[in-house]
Amino acid sequence: MTLVAERPVHLGEPEHEHHAAPSGFYKWVTSTDHKDIGRSYLITSFVFFLIAGCMAVIMRTQLASPDSSIVTQHGYNELFTIHGSLMLYLFAGPFAFGGLANYIVPLQVGAPDMAFPRLNALSYWLYLTGGLTMVASFLTVGGAADFGWVAYAPLSDAVNSPGAGSDMWIVALVLTGFSAIFTGVNIITTVFYLRAPGLTMFRVPIFTWNMVVTGILILIAFPVLTAALIMLWADRHIGAHIYTVSGGGVPVLWQNLFWFFGHPEVYILALPYFGIVTEVIPVFSRKPTFGYRGMVFATIAIAALSTAVWAHHMFTTGVVLLPFFSLMSYLIAVPTGIKFFNWIGTMWRGSLVFNTPMLFSIGFLVVFLFGGVTGIFLASPPIDFATHDTYFVVAHFHEVLFGSAVFAGFSGLYYWYPKMTGRMLRDRLGKASFWFMFVGFFVTFLPQYLVGLHGMPRRIAEYSQSTGWTTLNRISTVGAYLLFIAVAIMLVNFWVSWRKPVIAGANPWDAGTLEWGTSSPPPHHNFNSIPPIRSERPVWDFNHPDHVALGHPSTNGHGKVPAGASEVEHG
Amino acid sequence: MAARVNRLTDPVRRRSLGRHARLRRIVTVPLLLLVGAIALGGCQVPSFGAFRGATTQGRTEFHLWQLTMIAGLVVTVIVFCLIVWPVIRHRRRSADEMPRQFHEHIPLEITYTIIPVLIVGALFYFTVIAENKIDDVAAHPNEIIHILAYRWGWSFTYDDGNGQPQHVQIATTAEPKLLAQPDTSTEYPQLVLPDNATIRIDLASADVVHGFYIPEFNFSRYAQPGVLGSQQQFDFTTTTDGVFRGQCTQYCGLYHSEMLFSVRVESSAKFQQWLGAEQAQQAGSGLGASS
Amino acid sequence: MKHEAYFLLFIAAFGAVVAFIFWAVGLSPVYLTITGGGTIMLVAVSLLGLLPGGYYLWWSKRMTPRAEDDEHAEPSDGAGVVAAFPSSSIWPFVLGLGAAFIALALVFGFWTAIFGFFLVITALVGVIIESRRGGAEV
Repeated sequence: MTLVAERPVHLGEPEHEHHAAPSGFYKWVTSTDHKDIGRSYLITSFVFFLIAGCMAVIMRTQLASPDSSIVTQHGYNELFTIHGSLMLYLFAGPFAFGGLANYIVPLQVGAPDMAFPRLNALSYWLYLTGGLTMVASFLTVGGAADFGWVAYAPLSDAVNSPGAGSDMWIVALVLTGFSAIFTGVNIITTVFYLRAPGLTMFRVPIFTWNMVVTGILILIAFPVLTAALIMLWADRHIGAHIYTVSGGGVPVLWQNLFWFFGHPEVYILALPYFGIVTEVIPVFSRKPTFGYRGMVFATIAIAALSTAVWAHHMFTTGVVLLPFFSLMSYLIAVPTGIKFFNWIGTMWRGSLVFNTPMLFSIGFLVVFLFGGVTGIFLASPPIDFATHDTYFVVAHFHEVLFGSAVFAGFSGLYYWYPKMTGRMLRDRLGKASFWFMFVGFFVTFLPQYLVGLHGMPRRIAEYSQSTGWTTLNRISTVGAYLLFIAVAIMLVNFWVSWRKPVIAGANPWDAGTLEWGTSSPPPHHNFNSIPPIRSERPVWDFNHPDHVALGHPSTNGHGKVPAGASEVEHG
Repeated sequence: MAARVNRLTDPVRRRSLGRHARLRRIVTVPLLLLVGAIALGGCQVPSFGAFRGATTQGRTEFHLWQLTMIAGLVVTVIVFCLIVWPVIRHRRRSADEMPRQFHEHIPLEITYTIIPVLIVGALFYFTVIAENKIDDVAAHPNEIIHILAYRWGWSFTYDDGNGQPQHVQIATTAEPKLLAQPDTSTEYPQLVLPDNATIRIDLASADVVHGFYIPEFNFSRYAQPGVLGSQQQFDFTTTTDGVFRGQCTQYCGLYHSEMLFSVRVESSAKFQQWLGAEQAQQAGSGLGASS
Repeated sequence: MKHEAYFLLFIAAFGAVVAFIFWAVGLSPVYLTITGGGTIMLVAVSLLGLLPGGYYLWWSKRMTPRAEDDEHAEPSDGAGVVAAFPSSSIWPFVLGLGAAFIALALVFGFWTAIFGFFLVITALVGVIIESRRGGAEV
């Protein structure tokens, strides 16, 4: 039984060898195990994160001085386009949804694998080829796409952005989009159909709930993007006149379609990370999640509302229903606030320890608080008129996205790394990385709010001395270098922890969800047996039968667990 | 494990939240400081970094900004203190410490659902009022300017308040370069306007989406291809003399960062003088035909 | 299956209500805007929730109760075969590569699509045979 005794951990070796198992490269290429695929996603997305992060450091170096010529205008425009595209399409989403969700969701619901293992593998290959296409676009004659990650028409049409780089950008997003859609289908099906006995929907961990809701949002949003991209390609290559003025097209249609995808997209990026934080905080507070049902309803409300706010990115066009979108955008603050109060309620009167995962999650709370509140500002059209397309917006979305993908993402990485590898990451290096990141973050982005209010637009390669923006930009660049150091420390942590491993047991954090009830890393098909499930913390209930959540019956002596309960058919 | 009565969940003791006196003190201190700072500032609410607005509409936006900023600061301070409190007070003191495993409190959850709805409802109300004022286009402006945005410059064509052309056109003369010119360079077009006058702008684009942005007016609007100037109208009433920066905000390609302009607001008399001189000069050189 | 149905039907209801409000507000002549596209997309959101949600609701009343919906289920209730989980297959890689080559035809011309189609057909045939045979064993 894996729940009480520590299993001896065989790092990297499969539990049972039936026939000659594939090994090495062939094993990687043919694996349909969600753990292998999840790990591939995590590594690949992290590489894209590093590439895009270096681009950011170059951009910040350029902006540290007025009239700077470290990169050319064209080079700078490519940098911010691909930085944004890599971070949003190829890192933030795939890291949490393709990586962590893939690995953890089947474990959390007690399933042997994802519902469609081969589709899962296909998703990864589509993601990898899409990502490689985007990076390879730098090698074309005209260079990479340089129309911003939003590719507004008519700037992105054949007249204004000729060149294969732009088309490769389109292809990359089409491939990545299908990857996301297939993973969404997989995760929803897994959670709806492969849960363990007793694991009702309202006992599913919030991390998994958030992944289900994200999956639905992906199904809503990504097809719209794919359609819009195909139409853009048609305009560019076969004279379709969808977004062009000549021939009766409507350029603003691109913005409408793109943002109908684009706003749910940012919640697709954020919700999984909210889920991570909702896993980490209860464990390191030694209490159950506060307001479980409220969390579920809030997540669903956020997702629903996010489909109704898209034109708040278009307030300055003058052709959208301002009050409608303004009200909907204001309303999204309410379920987000509920989640915040529930996270605080989970910590409240708990027994808090500040290991690295917890530090990063609390850091997320602070960072997202600032970023989220400035989002409320932007929900007001008059304030948006004054701040749209300035560094105020840049600071806002970096605070929320960086807060989610990086703070919460690193929290999840430190939290589940022991489960995935059977080793611990060094806590001291993790804490050093956290503090550099926390301080560096505010040093980078708080000045950007101010310089945006002072009138600095976004997506400019340079500015002149007479604007007076130099000091704030310089401070921001220093912060960017601090963030660089933070990530470098983390890489050192990976290296050191791999070379000199400290073995992690099945449940080093004394956590409660099902993945902690099996070995680290889990065996082939995940579980040899499942405990009785009476709450969202079945492993906690099993290990601490006298301290189950208030109002739940004690699980002492409850239910017998037969050996080899859940068998799977190898097919 | 000591039996700690949790005043949040215990219905009888909930009323005596004396244990949270320290928390309340911690929260109210920054709030009082904020109010005090405002009071000490001569009852003038700080600008929180934004421009005060050199037009009536800009000033309306500025007041809304201040109101939202105060609300935002209050919320941020309160939530920040609520995050920090357990970090300080509820740290693990012994290895086997086991806190009370409460996991819900429906009345509290309902409360912190309703209060944010009220807050955003109020903000929305003030937003709609400000928005109507800013979006409103006057029927009889003093001047009408046709602004055309193109890659990578601006042209301003002057009409009078009845739409009659005044045969003055100012346009970008700068060739886009790698190094940005100082904002005061004459190569960037300057929009000259009378003060205390209502100016209507008809904004159009010749090619891609551009953003017409004057930071100190707290205002920007897109110039969009396929949308005629007559369909993209807005106005502002100038209140303050001075020279103000303007720049394109919507990324439009290679020299987006060079698409600068400026606005000079001066007294009506000086403006008429300037207008007359321009008319004479441009009539002579054949420019100034209304576009 | 009830809760899954309710969640999806909530999306359906929300989409329908918001689509209606959006369309109705957009009728006002105050706004120089066309709301056709937005309305259609919101109706599509509603349908996306309605189709599976409606099905789950209908089916949840007719299906045999599942152990995972039973709050008092024992682990032994889930004993036996869970499902078939194909392990170790080359075909997703081949299919993914083929799809990528087809997509790259948008950049490089139709000849990459020819190569891509070849890979895709091979992969589809391979997957079908693999499923019939029971898949690779590890």
